[in-house]
Amino acid sequence: MTDRRSFLRMTMVGAAGVLVVGCDRISRTLWGPDVLGQAEGLNRRVQALLSPSGSMAKEYTEADISPVFHPNGTTMPATPAYQALLADNFRDYKLQVDGLVRRPASLSIDQLKRLDTRTQITRHDCVEGWSAIGKWQGTALSAVLDHVGVDPRARFVVFHCFDEMEEDTPYYESIDLTEARHPQTLLAFALNDKPLPVPNGAPLRLRIGRQLGYKQAKYLARIELVSSLEDIGDGNGGYWEDQGYEWYAGI
Amino acid sequence: MSTESLDAGASAPIPIANRESRRTVYRHPLPIRIMHWINVVALTLMFLSGLQIFNAHPSLYWGNRSDEGTAIFALGAREDAAGKLQGATRIGKHEFTTTGVLGVSNGSDGSPQVRGFPSWLTVPGPQWLAMGRRWHFFFAWVFVLNGLCYVGYAIATRHLQRDLWPTGADWRGIGRSIVDHLRFKHPHGDEALRYNILQRLAYLTVIFVFGVGIVLMGLAMSPRMDAVLSPLVEAVGGRQSARTIHFIIAWGFVAFVLIHVFEVLITGVFNQLRGMITGYYAIDASPRDTQPPAAEVVSSEDRPHD
Repeated sequence: MTDRRSFLRMTMVGAAGVLVVGCDRISRTLWGPDVLGQAEGLNRRVQALLSPSGSMAKEYTEADISPVFHPNGTTMPATPAYQALLADNFRDYKLQVDGLVRRPASLSIDQLKRLDTRTQITRHDCVEGWSAIGKWQGTALSAVLDHVGVDPRARFVVFHCFDEMEEDTPYYESIDLTEARHPQTLLAFALNDKPLPVPNGAPLRLRIGRQLGYKQAKYLARIELVSSLEDIGDGNGGYWEDQGYEWYAGI
Repeated sequence: MSTESLDAGASAPIPIANRESRRTVYRHPLPIRIMHWINVVALTLMFLSGLQIFNAHPSLYWGNRSDEGTAIFALGAREDAAGKLQGATRIGKHEFTTTGVLGVSNGSDGSPQVRGFPSWLTVPGPQWLAMGRRWHFFFAWVFVLNGLCYVGYAIATRHLQRDLWPTGADWRGIGRSIVDHLRFKHPHGDEALRYNILQRLAYLTVIFVFGVGIVLMGLAMSPRMDAVLSPLVEAVGGRQSARTIHFIIAWGFVAFVLIHVFEVLITGVFNQLRGMITGYYAIDASPRDTQPPAAEVVSSEDRPHD
């Protein structure tokens, strides 16, 4: 009986193993990930249909806020530029906004606070599976876009960050203009009524209400408006996208 | 089944008569067979890639948040006195050592790795969340579209109403059916063509509770969909609850598949497989008590089992 049981177990483990090895082979071909990746376009279009571009992420109450907002990825950018700003408590920080805009600008946090600001308590969902709820205060990205004037050729907003994931590979992210103009898309400077802590992206980070955490770039240095994502990084629209994650992170 | 005297009396003509007394019926139409096997592939790959995704954060919570220390289920690792890695599975307050399978298992190079489910149960094998998501979301579409086709077909052909929806007589026979299942006693002849009450309830549950439920809980984890599904998300307790329910239903599918395959094995695996591959299924046409000793005339898969 024990023999038979262990034989059965071996058979099951063996069958699963063969299947997994087969799938691994496909995962490493050039065509496999492309075929599987076709679902991303379908997800984006169908989700846009079911959940229109103006639909709002649920906003929670103060009672729902996570006691600790778990920081992920970089928690202390090591680059000299960032360290210099941090040493001075970000007094000289200015967000650069350029690319396909009419009036390129450098905006301090105080200048950003004078534009249209918003406070929202929203949930942050990580691609890994965990969730945290935080109270974000920030400037609506649409207000910043209006401030600089968007060139009609622009299609994407690219966020360049201070933190480097590997040497000379700064974090970056991108969203389209529809997402950029969504009322819950903020350049957040405060978390839970305090200036944004360093592990959570000080002094300024992106908050998008309806996409996963890796889209919500921290340590923003520069915002660039572009017509194509091809020439940035490996051309997939973000650091994690260049590692095989989906550009559309609504799911 | 057969008595000694019957065995002794099993003279030459009976096997022939018996052969003729078995008839083959066309049981599963082509669309059902195709959809069944597509579903096998889709469910298998979704399960294995789902475990890969789970491994990225191998803990489950209830509510909207995943605050540290509030997990209701977790696969983790700790070091024993000798400094060796031990796998630990925690359910509520109870912790079990599961080294080798859960929490800590050997990677492809044979060295122990900290990972929720072992590499032979995840697609892809190594820790590779991005690729796991590609497999999962691709086959999610296969699963959903195939499922919709199945339900549409089942309603249009009245398969759902006729074969799956329990009749009054089915409900009245539920006690008998439970006893029969527990004794591994299965109907023969025309009766074997009819789904019994437990089969009907199992299939309906799997299709409409597990199938619909797991898709809805999957959608409830999508931040974009939550903008319109938040009443559903809140109704089940929150996004982390949806993730937990998604995980539990996935194992519900596994439980169903194990029982399903077990029933196939004990009711004549080759006949059943032929039924789901070619459509043709053999049944006894004569009452069982006239059958000769099974081994002499019928192949093993046709043998009565009690």
